[in-house]
Amino acid sequence: MSFVYEKLFGDKKGLIGFCILAALILVVFPVMLDSFRLNLVGKYLTYAFAAVSLVLLWGYGGTLSLGQGIFFGIGGYAMAMFLKLEASSPENTAIQSTPGIPDFMDWNQITELPTFWIPFHSFTLTLIAILVVPTIFAYIIGAAMFKRRVGGVYFAIITQVISVILTVLIVGQQGLTGGINGITDLRTLNGWDITSDSAKNLFYFINCFLLLAVIIASRFILTSKFGRLLLAMRDKEDRVRFSGYDVANFKIFIFCFAAMISAIGGAMFTLQVGFMSPSFVGIVPSIEMVIFAAIGGRMSLIGAVYGTLLINFGKTAFSESFPELWLFLMGGLFIAVVMFFPNGLAGLWEDYGHHITKRFGFINKFFDKSENTADSVELEGSNS
Amino acid sequence: MSDKSDNQRSWGRRKVVRALGALPLGIILASQLSWAAPATTTGQAVTEDTVTVGILHSLTGTMAISETGAQEAEKLAIKQINESGGILGRQIKIIQEDGASDWPTFAEKSRKLLVNDKVAAVFGCWTSASRKAALPVFEKENGLLYYPTFYEGLEQSKNVIYTGQEATQQILDGLNWVAKEKGAKTFYLIGSDYIWPRTSMKIARKHIENVLGGKVVGEEYKPLGDTQFGSVINKIRLKKPDVIYAAVVGGSNVAWFKQLKAAGINSKKQTLLTISVTEDEVLGIGGENLEGFYSIMKYFQSQDNANNVAFVKAFKEMWGDDSVIGDVTQAAYLGPWLWKAAVEKAGTFDVDAVVKASEEGDIELTTAPEGYVKLHPNHHLWSKARVGMWKKDGQAEVVYTSELLEPDPFPEGYQ
Repeated sequence: MSFVYEKLFGDKKGLIGFCILAALILVVFPVMLDSFRLNLVGKYLTYAFAAVSLVLLWGYGGTLSLGQGIFFGIGGYAMAMFLKLEASSPENTAIQSTPGIPDFMDWNQITELPTFWIPFHSFTLTLIAILVVPTIFAYIIGAAMFKRRVGGVYFAIITQVISVILTVLIVGQQGLTGGINGITDLRTLNGWDITSDSAKNLFYFINCFLLLAVIIASRFILTSKFGRLLLAMRDKEDRVRFSGYDVANFKIFIFCFAAMISAIGGAMFTLQVGFMSPSFVGIVPSIEMVIFAAIGGRMSLIGAVYGTLLINFGKTAFSESFPELWLFLMGGLFIAVVMFFPNGLAGLWEDYGHHITKRFGFINKFFDKSENTADSVELEGSNS
Repeated sequence: MSDKSDNQRSWGRRKVVRALGALPLGIILASQLSWAAPATTTGQAVTEDTVTVGILHSLTGTMAISETGAQEAEKLAIKQINESGGILGRQIKIIQEDGASDWPTFAEKSRKLLVNDKVAAVFGCWTSASRKAALPVFEKENGLLYYPTFYEGLEQSKNVIYTGQEATQQILDGLNWVAKEKGAKTFYLIGSDYIWPRTSMKIARKHIENVLGGKVVGEEYKPLGDTQFGSVINKIRLKKPDVIYAAVVGGSNVAWFKQLKAAGINSKKQTLLTISVTEDEVLGIGGENLEGFYSIMKYFQSQDNANNVAFVKAFKEMWGDDSVIGDVTQAAYLGPWLWKAAVEKAGTFDVDAVVKASEEGDIELTTAPEGYVKLHPNHHLWSKARVGMWKKDGQAEVVYTSELLEPDPFPEGYQ
């Protein structure tokens, strides 16, 4: 029991926090919100994957990536390419000069499907690509950087530059990628209408379960020996290196893992929103993802989800009520959170969470024995 | 003692401050929960004396400069319609949303307007990318979008009325004019690198080579927002084309025309015809930088007819004397009027009925600032093409007006 308790949820507070989050996204939102709002929340939660990945990478790993949009984008594009090929059957595109290829290729005088699009005819290969391509890409970047001991601000800048390069590439090669319009007009998945309300609701729940699974997997990594090494590396990298550990490999691993998580978010985004465009790859979305993690509390996996939800709820609510002023209100919200909760929303939970946890006396009894060990692996830190 | 009380006070203060910080959070949550939509019997936001429509343009971000004019014109048209008694006895109410120059936001806000607010029509979008993003939403929710921008064609949706000109309406007559008037044989094509310039240039090239018997001596695309035109200008110098045919958009325009001028290429030596410069852009470029160059559009602010004089006067009264009116602004102004005509003909706000009324080919506006327009069954407008020569003051002198041109979004032989 204590294995589940410690390894997968961190501690008692972590477990309760996890249950509250699960109840909120699996029960409260679906009951309270209509289909349109629920779909919006589903979209927000896809960004939460990237925010969670940044908690691992930045909060624990101490490596700030300003390029999580790269991986979010790769995941999203992979899914979009599959859906676009399905939408571009010869019957649907009979009006084109070359039927059977995506419409934007036809507009760009391309007459044959490019080779790298061909694997995306298969749904299985697409799913593999969503997980593998970003991981390999992250491995290449990570190996190139970390083996040479490039870190800190240089790493942040380089990831940012890569995200710009990728955007320019996508926009410039519009015959192959759809350019600035992105890949639009996605309708079916293996013949199943993904624009219907029932499909959107189903995607919402799949998205929630994936997110919760990702949080548990991340927690498992963080509470393992590897997680403690990660923290140690963040605080004193040299000592870890002199103790005989290969620091670079650990960093590459966490970077690859973070990339894979982000890509899952991107793929879920495409499914729920129905298109993918370069505006999710560049600097602005990448930095927004960092803001989500910072607002949520960069040491808290669950906080990152709340941070994402708060910012995006705010964006939608403010821009609907004050279409001309909303950017100022968003700015105010950032300032307020940073000023009053420097540890993010998770800091609030740290300070006041025990009021809530006290009420769950039965869980206390249940886990009484492991109380002490749980405290010792307490990771949701107040350390900067 | 004093230490302790200090301590207590500071704790108290901290708590208050935190509570204050939590306030915006509470407001957001409250507004989220009260988001249920009001139900109406018709399925649309239509009451006994009001009908609600949406306006969806970018108010923030890079496109805000271009889109401001469009949403101003739409508001002017709606105000005028309300003053003249509204539509079917109902006053029009506006819900405005910000597309924020971000294509996915356009899709999100479209859905919000259609599903939550149940608006009867939406006037909005500017770039093709934003339209492409919003289009599936309009088709899925069976909404009605009035889209104001001149664009590349290759599209015709049941749920969209295109009030700007599609590519052939803008391109063919301009090329015919320049071939005839200037005896042009060789053309250099340059545009920003995205779907609209590329499609436009494809049509232009086919027309130049197959119909005019001319020659394209260069075709070049620059990334959106690029400001380095030196190499292109050198190539142009080398090739000495009769005409530079340009579709450079947005901020790049400023650099493009200034660098042309700096390189000594001006209207005395070189004919330049652009399909992407309206009064709005000239405001940023500066009239002196493109004096004597030509634009082909369907509307210029300087057009001298009674409709336009009244429109310009009303626009300046509402939005200030400094405002300029470009082609898209005028096309946006047509949207609410075309919708009014179709709704009154159908006798209902129901989208299917309004679309059906629009497709019968007899919706026309004799009061359009550009002159007379008529709605074609293919959802585009019959309109005239006009060539304007730019003057120092940022206004254009209309030097050529075509016949009324039939819209053809899927031109045969140009694909």
